[in-house]
Amino acid sequence: MKFDVNKIRNDFPSLHQKVYGRPLVYLDNAATSQKPKAVIDAISEYYSTINSNVHRGVHFLSQQATDAFEKTRNHIQQFINASYSHEIIITEGATDSINLVANSFGKKFLKQGDEVIISALEHHANIVPWQMICEEKQAKLKVIPINDDCELLLDDLSKLINEKTKIVSVGHISNAVGVINPIKKIIKIAHKNKIPVMIDGAQGIVHEKVDVQELDCDFYCFSSHKFYGPMGVGVLYGKEALLEKMPPYQTGGEMIKTVTFEKTTFNELPFKFETGTPNVADVIGFDAALNYLEEIGLENIFEYEKELLDYATTRLKKLEGLEIIGDVRNKAGVISFNLAGIHPYDAGTILDKFGIAVRTGNHCAQPVMDRLKIQGTMRASFAFYNTKEEVDMLLEALKKVKEMFG
Amino acid sequence: MTIQETENKIIDEFSLFDDWMDKYNYLIEMGKTLPILDEKFKTDQYLISGCQSRVWLSAELSDGNVVYKADSDAVITKGIVNLLIRVLSNQKPEDILSTDMAFIDRIGLKEHLSPTRSNGLMSMIKQMKLYALVFKTKQSTLNLEL
Repeated sequence: MKFDVNKIRNDFPSLHQKVYGRPLVYLDNAATSQKPKAVIDAISEYYSTINSNVHRGVHFLSQQATDAFEKTRNHIQQFINASYSHEIIITEGATDSINLVANSFGKKFLKQGDEVIISALEHHANIVPWQMICEEKQAKLKVIPINDDCELLLDDLSKLINEKTKIVSVGHISNAVGVINPIKKIIKIAHKNKIPVMIDGAQGIVHEKVDVQELDCDFYCFSSHKFYGPMGVGVLYGKEALLEKMPPYQTGGEMIKTVTFEKTTFNELPFKFETGTPNVADVIGFDAALNYLEEIGLENIFEYEKELLDYATTRLKKLEGLEIIGDVRNKAGVISFNLAGIHPYDAGTILDKFGIAVRTGNHCAQPVMDRLKIQGTMRASFAFYNTKEEVDMLLEALKKVKEMFG
Repeated sequence: MTIQETENKIIDEFSLFDDWMDKYNYLIEMGKTLPILDEKFKTDQYLISGCQSRVWLSAELSDGNVVYKADSDAVITKGIVNLLIRVLSNQKPEDILSTDMAFIDRIGLKEHLSPTRSNGLMSMIKQMKLYALVFKTKQSTLNLEL
């Protein structure tokens, strides 16, 4: 299939609006992506037809809703090539998934003096949950350092690992600067030492094909909303053997087998980790997103995104005074940059007036900014519905910004 | 000049602009002409925390009026800070406390004061009023002592 970006843009209703009288140029995709009509329709269709509570209803609608819900789980399993569908836990988002693992894995396996390894490139969501559980368990949080180009220093990982290390948790692709981390190598190094690895794939799954069996990661998580699906839905993949050993995270209905006032026994995987009524409509909406992406073809999408990122990088670099943070070959989806002498907030405010949506600030990765000794950056993040013309519009607007603040 | 008079003057100034670019160019000018804040105030003690740009604010009481000085690392923020200082500085604490800063809305800069914008400007106004409250309380305590 020939990739036709203009045809694709027609699938996304929100792209065709004007802001401040100018056509919207949406370059904040790493924060959340826009949704194709197929997803919006699926949610609307769900509430118009089979809306009902899942899993224990004997009636027709409940059966239909349960089937659609479980079909999504199976779809996710196939999509990331997990061994079993019960290794797919439906959560509220990547943050929720990390909290689940930090708390449940931490409760079971962490004890005083143990160590958890993350990296200096992490989103706050892959720092704070670990910090909290380490504090609770009096364990230590260790950090893989980065170089000035935001690449992880893997030699240091080998040095950080010791017999006290209980888990390594790192991002697949950095949300702040777009650098792709060498997760395969990290997993190999950790596994050589029999240490499980969690991958925060919130940005990763959006730009690279993920095969959890090939990666051999122990946990992988992501959010639907950054991947063209609805908000409020996330995925946690975990290897069966580990998930079986982990205690429930939150408790309530749905996740139990029997309850008496003396003792509660818990349901099997995956339900052990899915408490209460799930977000059925949006889970089904996520199924529609996966269908849509597969129809276009992930290879086509990733190839086009790469071409667009290369184009944007080349063009932006030509602007005098523009510095790209994390300017390495191995990156995806994101260009994080600064204009000499101009505060990112100032530039972002003016870009907004031109109808260009970028993000400015520390991108929920304060330690990265501290390490680079900068206050923040401007971040343009791309999706496969963005165009080269939009990159040109960004460039023209940045020239105006330079004039205004020069 | 009273708070109301300064507000009206600013509203008049902004009514001259045809488009957003003129308005922001003016804000940038205002940012560049904000009186310099002594470096000794650029510490965490005077920092108003906001996600996006840093703002430092100091205040002192002079002849019964509050005198504010401030700085920011972003120019547009500095411009807006300059407006706030023009309106509130050299005014009596009770007048500062009773004003609602409605001019911000009238000149079309309300978005900068939205609590969700997290640029610290909401906090800036709060902090300015807090200083005024402290000075007002101090004054009335002094009066009681006299």
